[in-house]
Amino acid sequence: MRKYYSKIDNIAGNVATLKADNVGYEELAVVEGSWGKSLAQVIRISGDNVALQIFAGTRGVSTGDKVSFLGSSMRFSFSDDLFGRVFSGGGEPRDGRTELTDNLIEVGGPAVNPAIRLMPHRMIPTNIPMIDVFNTLVEGQKLPIFSIPGEPYNELLSRIALQAEADVIVFGGMGLKYDEYLYFRRQLEEGGAMSRTIMFIHTAADPVVECLQTPDIALTVAEQFAIQGKRVLVLLTDMTNFANALKEISITMEQIPSNRGYPGDLYSQLASRYEKAVVFEEGGSITLMAVTTMPGDDVTHPVPDNTGYITEGQFYLKNGVIDPFGSLSRLKQQVNGKTRDDHRAIMDGCIQLYSKCRETREKRAMGFEMSDWDNKLLKYGESFENEIMDFSANVGLYDALAKCWEILARHFEPRETGIRSSLCDQFWPKRD
Amino acid sequence: MSTTGRIVTVYGNMVTAEFEGAVRQNAVAYCQRSDGVRLMSEIIRIRGKLADMQVFELTRGLKVGDSVEITDELLSLELGPGLIGMVYDGLQNPLPEMAEKIGKFLKPGNYLKALDRNRDWEFTPVASEGDVVTAAENLGKVKENIFDHFIMSPFTLDGEWKVKKMAKAGKYKIENEIAVLEKDGKTVSVNMIQRWPVRLPLGVYRERLLPTQPMVTKQRIIDTFFPVMLGGTYCIPGPFGAGKTVLQQITSRHAEIDLVIVAACGERAGEVVETLREFPHLKDPRTGKTLIERTIIICNTSSMPVAARESSVYTAITLGEYYRQVGLNVLMLADSTSRWAQALREMSGRLEEIPGEEAFPAYLESSIARFYERGGIVELKDGRKASLTIGGTVSPAGGNFEEPVTQGTLKVVGTFLGLSYARSYARRFPAIDPLESWSKYSGIIDGKKVSWAHNFLRRGKTIYEMMQVVGEEGTSIDDFVTYLKSEFLDNVYLQQNSFDEVDAACPTERQQYLFEMVLDVLKHEFTFKDKPQARDMFFSLTEQFRDWNYSPWQSDKMKENEKKIRSTLNSREAAHA
Repeated sequence: MRKYYSKIDNIAGNVATLKADNVGYEELAVVEGSWGKSLAQVIRISGDNVALQIFAGTRGVSTGDKVSFLGSSMRFSFSDDLFGRVFSGGGEPRDGRTELTDNLIEVGGPAVNPAIRLMPHRMIPTNIPMIDVFNTLVEGQKLPIFSIPGEPYNELLSRIALQAEADVIVFGGMGLKYDEYLYFRRQLEEGGAMSRTIMFIHTAADPVVECLQTPDIALTVAEQFAIQGKRVLVLLTDMTNFANALKEISITMEQIPSNRGYPGDLYSQLASRYEKAVVFEEGGSITLMAVTTMPGDDVTHPVPDNTGYITEGQFYLKNGVIDPFGSLSRLKQQVNGKTRDDHRAIMDGCIQLYSKCRETREKRAMGFEMSDWDNKLLKYGESFENEIMDFSANVGLYDALAKCWEILARHFEPRETGIRSSLCDQFWPKRD
Repeated sequence: MSTTGRIVTVYGNMVTAEFEGAVRQNAVAYCQRSDGVRLMSEIIRIRGKLADMQVFELTRGLKVGDSVEITDELLSLELGPGLIGMVYDGLQNPLPEMAEKIGKFLKPGNYLKALDRNRDWEFTPVASEGDVVTAAENLGKVKENIFDHFIMSPFTLDGEWKVKKMAKAGKYKIENEIAVLEKDGKTVSVNMIQRWPVRLPLGVYRERLLPTQPMVTKQRIIDTFFPVMLGGTYCIPGPFGAGKTVLQQITSRHAEIDLVIVAACGERAGEVVETLREFPHLKDPRTGKTLIERTIIICNTSSMPVAARESSVYTAITLGEYYRQVGLNVLMLADSTSRWAQALREMSGRLEEIPGEEAFPAYLESSIARFYERGGIVELKDGRKASLTIGGTVSPAGGNFEEPVTQGTLKVVGTFLGLSYARSYARRFPAIDPLESWSKYSGIIDGKKVSWAHNFLRRGKTIYEMMQVVGEEGTSIDDFVTYLKSEFLDNVYLQQNSFDEVDAACPTERQQYLFEMVLDVLKHEFTFKDKPQARDMFFSLTEQFRDWNYSPWQSDKMKENEKKIRSTLNSREAAHA
């Protein structure tokens, strides 16, 4: 027998408080009024005062609205029926199809025991040379895409979704513009990936609280598939919106902010999501890529800063390309020694030359005279940018390596590249 | 004597309970969920009849009115033989065993015994019946891996007690009685397990000594330029991506120390997994055993509950103090103390305390100081010396060292190894900034020589900055050579290739030898006709020294490379004449 409460005492921000008894911490409730109904979650209990975070926001909520408690924390239905479906950030169907109610699983459960984790050890080919060759993505890795607003991060994310090898793709959108959502959906449908995809979409127009739920539901679903032995790729965009939602709620709850208004537990909050990335002994895994927009291109902003301490490197999107200097895949050493002998040498060699090219450009900008060597570097830099760095290139690792050799051979003599001579003998393209 | 209470408030990982009777600050309590699961907690504030507790688990599902069992015991550890090689969480639950018993996930409310009750230990008595002992005196010993693990009289013993009964040599389990002590008609039965509250320093010794002996890490930049002492303290602040954790891992592998305690506190699980999976297979060159046989891992990674993260550094330090008591030289590595400080901040916020800088609690600095002060070298009651060295990483927000945790740490440590992003970006590893770091200790090489060499780095940097403005053309050849010498010192001495088998670890003797060779180059008066010639000279010297660094100690290859170096130097001299 469900008990109804019909007196809300306080309403502020997205939080309402009322008197109720026998309520569990983080338990779900339903708030119903003339405006409709919404789920809510208990975020503080003090005596018989219960604070509820209302998913749909408190706009229009009346102190006389009905509240009932569901007796459990957030749950979500898990089955293979999820494939191809689109849900809201709060887990409601967004595609006009039926609600799923079977096999409910707890959202946001405990952490994986570190003792059973495996070291990530398999490469995930993405067919994007800047990733595959220079900062290889590894199965089980967690990697953010740092970017300023306006960079093509969503294009990059959807390319990775379509080109990366994964059994299941779980997509979580937080604070997306509606047309971005439509863009992703169309990309996945046209690319034929929708049948292995599950989308959780919170748009900018949706209630803020649902933004907080989005990564949790997405990662819970991903975790269940991983336990089944599936290789899951989770794509989240944009984690900065998630952090801002955290900020909004914590300030409503009168928590003392620590840094630029963000709550003191921002690190733990982000970490408990990112740390869902895992490789299980039985073969299942979660690989996590998340867009983090940096306000003002400031990497010391609390969100990218805390993220950098949590994740295993970052892709740094700058001027429309994956910047080879700011980007780092910390786990690439685990895999790039096993692909092909020349992989590491090309990785280091091409970047060193490109870095010299950038120095030369600075010299040129200051009006210094260009030597023959400088001119070689400048030409090389141009080829490298156009043919390798451009992430619309869709080529496999070996083709990308061949392309790198070809570009090197076009501009340099083998000894000028700094690459070990034994490798040059083996891989240097023969000229006709 | 335990008492019970009822929950009145639940907010995040903080729970407030109303209680009857007496309650002890920092006592352990268990919140009982309505489904019967008991969640371990610690009392952190008492106001009248209300006790505020931090819960070491997810508090989901707790209700107002749920009962709380408040024990009289402070949060304590089990100490005894069998700790080495274990992987514990912040509350000393063995993680591999947890995985076996409860599965992949750390479900709340599961607690296991820290020590194996069924293992047999070969016990040899040291004390005899009739002996008079005080606290922490050796009664007997067992062999734990390669160490003599002394079984001591209880640390809490007051005054002098007589050994009434002593077990004979033989096999015992840790719960078996090995001695009976007597005083004024009272008797105490002693087995191999002791318990100690983590928040109290454990130190029963004759006296604390001044650290005088360097702890060799086999990293040149540390041992030569910024040394650490046995029983000293050091910190490694650095922005993300500068290589803090890698430096900790290298140290845990190569340091000349008996036992390493790794506290992974609020960091990535992946990094612990690396240690966990690799240490059982890596050889410790000093003992020939695997590294795991000299390591204890305390693992409370970033997604595990925050309150347990706060206690995990205390768990690690208490284990360190215990093995110092046993007689070992222990190194405790905490990665990262910032995460621990953040856990303090989260709790302080929940307690609605008035915040200090960046919302950290006002007692942050004194907490940090108390933590590092638990290290030290001591003379034990049997005259042996034993030490606990503490190294903590700091992860400052935005890589800015002017923040409370870094500043609070710098006040209390003996060595500061500041990592810089610029050095890491330039692939100069270990990325310890030689101009910002400092050490209050003296190392394996004469301090005068070291500061003479260090001066080159400073001058080199000044000249480099000048060159950025006036260009190479505007720099005098003398200055240019000084700059090249500083780069040379950096390249061949400060930087070390941790992927190279030989260069990864540079023992004392080798460091002293190499340092003299490097000094020869720094002292050498070159006369170059132009800058390209100078640059060429240092290119070849750098290359030859690197080859030397990569050749095994006293091998033919090393001697050959040394000959090359000498001849390069001499050829220049010849030209000079």
